[in-house]
Parts: sequence; structure tokens; C-alpha cells
Amino acid sequence: MLLFSLAYHSLKNRLLTTLLTVFSIGLSIALLIGVENVRVGARESFANTISQTDLIVGARGGSLQLLLYSVFRIGQATNNITYQTYEHWKNHPAVDWTIPYSLGDSHRGFRVVGTNEEFYKHYRFRRDRSITFESGRAPADVFEVALGSDVAKTLNYRTGDKVTITHGVAAAAGRGILDHKDKPFTVTGVLAKTATPVDRSLYIPLEGISAVHIDWTDGAPPMPGEEVPAEKITKQTVKVDQITSFLLRSKSRIDTLRLQREISTYTEEPLQAIIPGLTLQELWRTIGYAEDALTVVTFFVTIVGLLGMLVSLYTSLNERRREMAILRAIGAGPAKIISLLVLESFLLSIAGCVLGVGLVYALSVTFQPIVEEHFGLYVPIQAPTITGWIYLGAVAVAGLLIGFIPAWKAYRNTLSDGLSVRL
Amino acid sequence: MSAIQLTDLRFAYGKGPEVLRIPTLQVNAGEKVFLFGPSGSGKTTLLGVLAGVLAGYTGGVEVLGRDVAKMTGTQRDAFRGSHLGYIFQLFNLIPYLSVIENITLPCRLSAERRARLNGVGLEQAAGDAAKRLGIGDLLHKPVTNLSVGQQQRVAAARSLIGTPELIIADEPTSSLDYDHREKFLELLFESCKAAGSTLLFVSHDRSLMHLFDRQLSLPGINKAGT
Ligand SMILES: Nc1ncnc2c1ncn2[C@@H]1O[C@H](COP(=O)(O)OP(=O)(O)OP(=O)(O)O)[C@@H](O)[C@H]1O
Ligand SMILES: [Mg+2]
Repeated sequence: MLLFSLAYHSLKNRLLTTLLTVFSIGLSIALLIGVENVRVGARESFANTISQTDLIVGARGGSLQLLLYSVFRIGQATNNITYQTYEHWKNHPAVDWTIPYSLGDSHRGFRVVGTNEEFYKHYRFRRDRSITFESGRAPADVFEVALGSDVAKTLNYRTGDKVTITHGVAAAAGRGILDHKDKPFTVTGVLAKTATPVDRSLYIPLEGISAVHIDWTDGAPPMPGEEVPAEKITKQTVKVDQITSFLLRSKSRIDTLRLQREISTYTEEPLQAIIPGLTLQELWRTIGYAEDALTVVTFFVTIVGLLGMLVSLYTSLNERRREMAILRAIGAGPAKIISLLVLESFLLSIAGCVLGVGLVYALSVTFQPIVEEHFGLYVPIQAPTITGWIYLGAVAVAGLLIGFIPAWKAYRNTLSDGLSVRL
Repeated sequence: MSAIQLTDLRFAYGKGPEVLRIPTLQVNAGEKVFLFGPSGSGKTTLLGVLAGVLAGYTGGVEVLGRDVAKMTGTQRDAFRGSHLGYIFQLFNLIPYLSVIENITLPCRLSAERRARLNGVGLEQAAGDAAKRLGIGDLLHKPVTNLSVGQQQRVAAARSLIGTPELIIADEPTSSLDYDHREKFLELLFESCKAAGSTLLFVSHDRSLMHLFDRQLSLPGINKAGT
């Protein structure tokens, strides 16, 4: 207890150095814990790019490919699946709901997704968030379109604007000859920002996709003058005969695996079903090595913080030689001298840990909503994770161990100084 | 009983030259001894040996009837903490503690020293010692605000708390002016007398030596380098 009070007063006496040291350790701790939280948050947010969907079903091919085009709107499907097949699974007794996607067209670089009301009703991301509208409503008629929030913002579109769909998804797609110019779509609404790939697409009814291709033959546009005029097309007259993929929710999670197997062995058509969570995790592992680099960097920052403490303790020793001689003279043994300095260093690192954790919380509480909105990154506000505690413990122990260096030096000093007055 | 008993003491710092070679020295309990000698003659070194801070000597060192030479380092620290009071020439105080915290420090460091208060409260004992030395009203000041003379009196109060049997003072008055020196000594003597402590006092200032029971010239008893 005496040592504690001595250490406390001694640190208080060198207030500025103490504060700077605590601050530098605190910052490195904040960085360490902060990066850990962001890491967890990023992994969670990524895994929850799409939620509550148990299976994604498409034509047989690469599972990653299916995930990429269905969720991230990257790449293309090699094959479509027939609408009958879709309906078969949609009406399967174990299936709760499905969301059909028809992909393959684009608008000025953004993907166009043909889907139906089920999308607006059932699609979930970040655990339980559903699609909402910033303005307007969901498209109901064949030639109506809803815009993802990024699309609306980038292209500066509003409700009521007319949009032309381009055939194909060529990266630099502009206004090419393969525009479905004769059949423009009217914007009926803009989706609220989700900070997921949902924001970067346009949504039209499944019938819309069929409608723009209604007069095409063998993948080629109609000859000029032979187009079917848009006015003649209604939801009832177009027939949807294929889609690209669909999202599926089973009635009970237990059914998911059985359904997956059943779908993969469907004999009418070669299909595959993937569990998005698993495939997302797989994908994260391949791109997640960046997070390790980040962790390594923060480790070095922490080491620098601790070295700063070592330097400040060590340089203070010379001006404290006197103090040590006095303590020796009134009966403090080497063990007491060493404990005092180790305790000081331990207190500094503990204070640094507390400050660091406090900083992380303060910053998280302040910036969590902003970060979530702008980056779709949900950083959890929680007690330190196991990894976080391990980091904190490691820093405290490191502080303790580092304290032995100046302590040993002080001990050597008192031995060589004896009681002689050294100033 | 003798407070200090040296026989054939030889001491050198590390592999350096011999600093002390004292065939015999005896100080009686309750004596006030004035120890003098030129600078570098080994006065502080001798005090370090007696206080058990320096080790690595040969010969017999008995302090208060205890064989310091045979003690382990830890035993020496404990012995010093409970039975000795030490006053430096200058900068005696821990700068980040208040006056009373400095005075009570030996008792808080050593339970044995504390037990010597004989039931008197720690604050009470510190207050008494401070009052006797004329610094009773400074107890709660930070020590950095004191004059040098006041600081030396705080150091004296600290060395006297818990009535240690032996007070060792290494030129405690050399930074004081003449008037304050006499006054300081008077107070120190009074306190030693009240506590029945032996006083070993080192100084260059021979004008003070007549105030002591006994005057010792270190070169007179130290045969090192001859
Ligand atoms: N810590 C030390 N390490 C090595 N040599 C030392 C140490 N302290 C003192 N000495 C040497 O030992 C000798 C005696 O020194 P000491 O301090 O005991 O003298 P002193 O009589 O107290 O002198 P002063 O009156 O100036 O205080 C000197 O030659 C000094 O250089
Ligand atoms: Mg000296």
C-alpha cells in the first residue's frame, strides 16, 4: 500500500510526462481494440450483406460465381433456369418464400435486376433490415423501375424520369446500339440507402425483362420497324419463361441442408444451391488477409507506445537517484526499489489500457451511426472481446516486464551510489 | 554497551583502492560523537558501512550489539529501517511527498520501526517530533516549498521518529548559516537526549566540535593509504 502511494505520488509529481506516456499507450490501445472491433464489425457486416436467405439457387456452375452475381452484382451467369423449375421450388412445402432474380441487362454501368414484390417484402440485410423507400413506391407495371440509392445519386434521377435499359452488362456500357430504346422505363421510386450492393442496381418487374426482349429473336434485336410497341405490352401479355437465380428461405433452418441436397440433385435441370453465409465466409477468408496486415501494424504501434514509456521512465531515473538513495537510507531494500519502479510502469500501462478502452467506446458511440450509414460497417459497441482482453492483458504484462529494465538500472545505481550525495 | 564497535575494518569500492582500514573504533551508547576529516577521507563511506548500505568489506562491524557484517542484505535493510536514523547533507526529502509524509515514511516502510512508537499514533508522533524541531506548523506543506534550514529539520524529525538507537548525520548543517547551525544542533541534541539515541555527526566545521562529547579525526583512526 505504501509502495502504491509512493508510485502514485511520484507519477503525479511528473504529471506531464505521466500524462503523455498514458496518452501514447492509450492511443495505441485504442487503435488495437478499435481495429479489432472494426475487424469483427467488417466480418459481421460482410457476412450480413444478405440475411435471412438460407439458400441461393442458380444454374449449376461455380458457387462463388453464383454468390457474386446474385448478391454483389459482379460477373454473369452462364445459364438461366426455367420459370417452371423456379415455380416448382417456390411451391415446395419446405419453402417459406423465394425472391426471383433475372439478371443480364444494365443501365449506364449499373445492373438491372428483374424481380417481383417478394423482393420488397422479404429481402433482408444486416440481420433484420428490410428494403424501404426513400421516395416513391415499388414498380408495379411492366415499364416501371425503382432505383438503388447509389444509382439515383450518381445519375441524379428522380421519380418520374425515363430510363433506357441496355442489353448486356459490358463494363463500359453506354448508349450503344443494343439499348432497348423503344421501351423506356419510368422511375417510380428510390430505395433508401442500405450500404450494401442493393444500392448499386435498378429494379424492374420480371415481366419488364421479358418485355424488352419480347421482339428479339436468337439474341438479336428486331429489325427497325418490326419492334413491338411498348403500349401493346401489359403484365398479362408477357410471359416470363426464365430467371437467373433465386433466393430461398426455408420454413425451418433444419430443412435447409436437406433442401440444398434436394435442389442439387434435381433431375429436371442442373441446379446448385449455396448457403450464402458459408460462401461469404469463404470469400472473406480470401480477401480478409488485409485485416491481418492491419493488426500487425497496430501491434507495432503498441510496441512504440510501450517503448515511449520505457524511455520516459529510464530518463527520469537520473533525476531520481537522490530519491532512491533516500529510500535506501530509511530502510528500503533493493526489492522495494525495484517494486516501486515496476509498479509505476505497471500503473502507467494500466492507465493507458483504461484510457484506450474509454477512447474506443467514446469514439464508437459517437461515430457508430455515421460509419454504419456511410460504409455499411456496423461496429459493435460491446465489452472487449476475448481477443480484446488478451490484447489488454498482454499490454499490462508488457508494461510490467518493461518496468524491470529501469528498475534494474535504479537498483544498480543505488548499489554503486551507496549514500554518497550525487546530484 | 557500545553503540558501534569496529575491528579490523577494510573497505574498498569495487576493485578500487582501499578507502577504509580501521583497526579499532568504539562508540558508547548515548554518546554524541563529532567525526571530522578532509574531503575524500572516507567519512561518508564509513557511515555507509555502519548503516549497512555498503557491503563487501572485511573485519568486524557491530552496531547496537548486532553483527552487521554477518547480516544478509535484506536483514541490513530491515535493521537500518528500524534502528537507525540517517540525515544527509542536502536534499534529504522525497520531493513529491508532504512534510508529514516524509517524516512518517520510515514508520510506514518498516513495521518494526512503527512498533517503536509504543502505541503513539503515527501522525501524533510525527507532530511531536516536528514540534520539538520547530516545524510543527509546516506539516502539510509540500517539501519543495521549504527553506533549506526547514528541510534539514524535517530530515532530522524523520530520522528521530520511532526513537532509533543510532542517529547518523552526514554534514547536515553545512548548508546552513552559523545561527541556524547552532539552533539546529541544539534541537537535534535535545531530541537525541529525549530518545536516548547515540549520535554520530560528520562535519567539516570544527567550530561545532566543542558541543560534542567526543571528537574523532577519521585520518587519525583510518590507516588506509598509509
Ligand atoms: N560510490 C562510490 N564509488 C566509488 N568510489 C567512491 C564512491 N563514493 C566515494 N568514493 C571514493 O571513496 C573515497 C572516500 O569518499 P567519501 O565520500 O567517503 O569521502 P568523504 O570523507 O565523505 O568526503 P566529503 O567530505 O567530501 O564528503 C573518495 O576517494 C571517493 O572518490
Ligand atoms: Mg561525504
